Amino acid sequence: MTELYEMTAWQLAEALEKGHTSSVDITRSVIKRIEAVEELIHAYVTAAPERALEMAKEADMKRARGASNKLLGIPIAIKDNMCMKGHRTSCGSRILSNFVPPYDATVVSAMKEAGMVILGSCNMDEFAMGSSTETSFWGPTRNPWDRDRTPGGSSGGSAAAVSAGEAVVSVGSDTGGSIRLPASFCGVCGMKPTYGAVSRYGLVAYASSLDQIGPFGKDVRDLALLLNVLCRHDPKDSTSVPRQHPDFTTVLDAPVAGMKIGLPREFFSKLDHPDVERVMKEAQRVFHGLGIRFVELSLPYLDYGIAAYYIIAPCEASSNLARYDGVKYGHRAADFSNMIDMYRYTRAEGFGAEVKRRIMLGTYALSSGYYDAYYLKAAKVRTLITQDFKAAFKKCDAILCPVAPTPPFKLGEKIDDPIQMYLTDVFTIPVNMAGLPGLSLPGGLSADGLPIGIQLIAPHFEEARLIQLGAAYQRETDHHLARPSI
Amino acid sequence: MKLTLDEVDYVALLARLALNDDEKIKYMHQLEDILKYMDILSEAPTEDVEPMAGPIELYTPLRDDVVMPSLALEDSLANAPARAGEYFKVPKIIE
Repeated sequence: MTELYEMTAWQLAEALEKGHTSSVDITRSVIKRIEAVEELIHAYVTAAPERALEMAKEADMKRARGASNKLLGIPIAIKDNMCMKGHRTSCGSRILSNFVPPYDATVVSAMKEAGMVILGSCNMDEFAMGSSTETSFWGPTRNPWDRDRTPGGSSGGSAAAVSAGEAVVSVGSDTGGSIRLPASFCGVCGMKPTYGAVSRYGLVAYASSLDQIGPFGKDVRDLALLLNVLCRHDPKDSTSVPRQHPDFTTVLDAPVAGMKIGLPREFFSKLDHPDVERVMKEAQRVFHGLGIRFVELSLPYLDYGIAAYYIIAPCEASSNLARYDGVKYGHRAADFSNMIDMYRYTRAEGFGAEVKRRIMLGTYALSSGYYDAYYLKAAKVRTLITQDFKAAFKKCDAILCPVAPTPPFKLGEKIDDPIQMYLTDVFTIPVNMAGLPGLSLPGGLSADGLPIGIQLIAPHFEEARLIQLGAAYQRETDHHLARPSI
Repeated sequence: MKLTLDEVDYVALLARLALNDDEKIKYMHQLEDILKYMDILSEAPTEDVEPMAGPIELYTPLRDDVVMPSLALEDSLANAPARAGEYFKVPKIIE
């Protein structure tokens, strides 16, 4: 018999509507699963099962009183960089290891309003800086498909939780691939919406011009349900774009025949992993069968993406993280003789190696005499990359490319080689640079049985088109039904 | 791009990070490697290209000047590493 924790949000919502189950039963099933496998996976930093059960009881009472919204009573996990009132939010860092927010992030308020059951916060690379969840102060998360491998990062805990059945759905944040990469590595679906579609109020800032919150789920149908909760204008975030978002569930069964998908030459020429190549070819066959036409594209400035990103993101981070000074919240060093030393020792003790490296890099690049050569140059390259995409979308409705150059790599394999780690994000970074929506879908398994994702990219605010294409792909394939044996 | 330990010290001071000697040497070499990788940017033809600070057109959102509830004093101070009554407590700054 299928356990409740194995089901999708959509299936559970239907069972709840028919009165076949309750939110308390679903939540109990997920909590039991967490108790069984969390020790092996370490998806959570702070799970809060008791509060989750209280929320589930409340959801059941609301339903008894006639409430009927689709996600009412569905358990969700958040990422440890999203503030939740009264719930320790550490951002995977020692410096916030005792921080208990006095307010809810807008996405958390939205989940509560929808009556969702919040299970707790998931593990992540410290301050979302990493591609493997290994830089977390709390230790790495393990990939449910192979526990010697990374779940990807930085939202590795959120992806692993859905993959292992420790959450029905979850949310993560994506600055350079931090939702799409772990979705690919863990065999689940994940979307980075358009910059400005989801409020960042209450999201601990890493690189503010790139950060965006988005959903994880077992299939595209679940992502559509979650996007309906997440995408909305928020006056508390001045980069939140005021616009009416569509009901994303209305396109789930829409036909895609006649749509055009672009294949960027520069992405495909970079492929040198046979399993990733095979998965991409198979995806093209599936879309061809759905009546999609292909156009070959050139995005010549993509090659500069990683270099420009690793200037812009650390520059923004070095400025954003200046707030961790040991004054108003967070860790403070015990021994110091003056104010400057209090800052220096507090930050030395509170931040881990990767965060310090990016602060140093960003501070250097912004320091007197280097601004033009690094930040300004990177900001101009960002314009070129954005123009590349604009030109491409004149010829096609969406772009198909890999999520990552390889299947999940081993824990420890790249942690001492920053550039190798940075190169993991070669296919995801350009999407953040241009602020586009990107969808990561399970595309099949490697010869070793490890998940490999495919990525679809659309123009600004065309999330619905990605959902439409993704749902059509999943009607024809069963890659999203594969689960790790744990 | 070659860095010196003095430059690393200077950047660490700007960033308010106390680094030990091992960290200084490690970051010196890693920053050199990373900045060497960044040299690729110099090939990009950026004459007459406008820099881009963010992916969407920014404007100044205005809202009505209405009094909204703010955090209670105790909530604001609850995470303070050190406090004195209604204040955050910090080391003496002015002699």
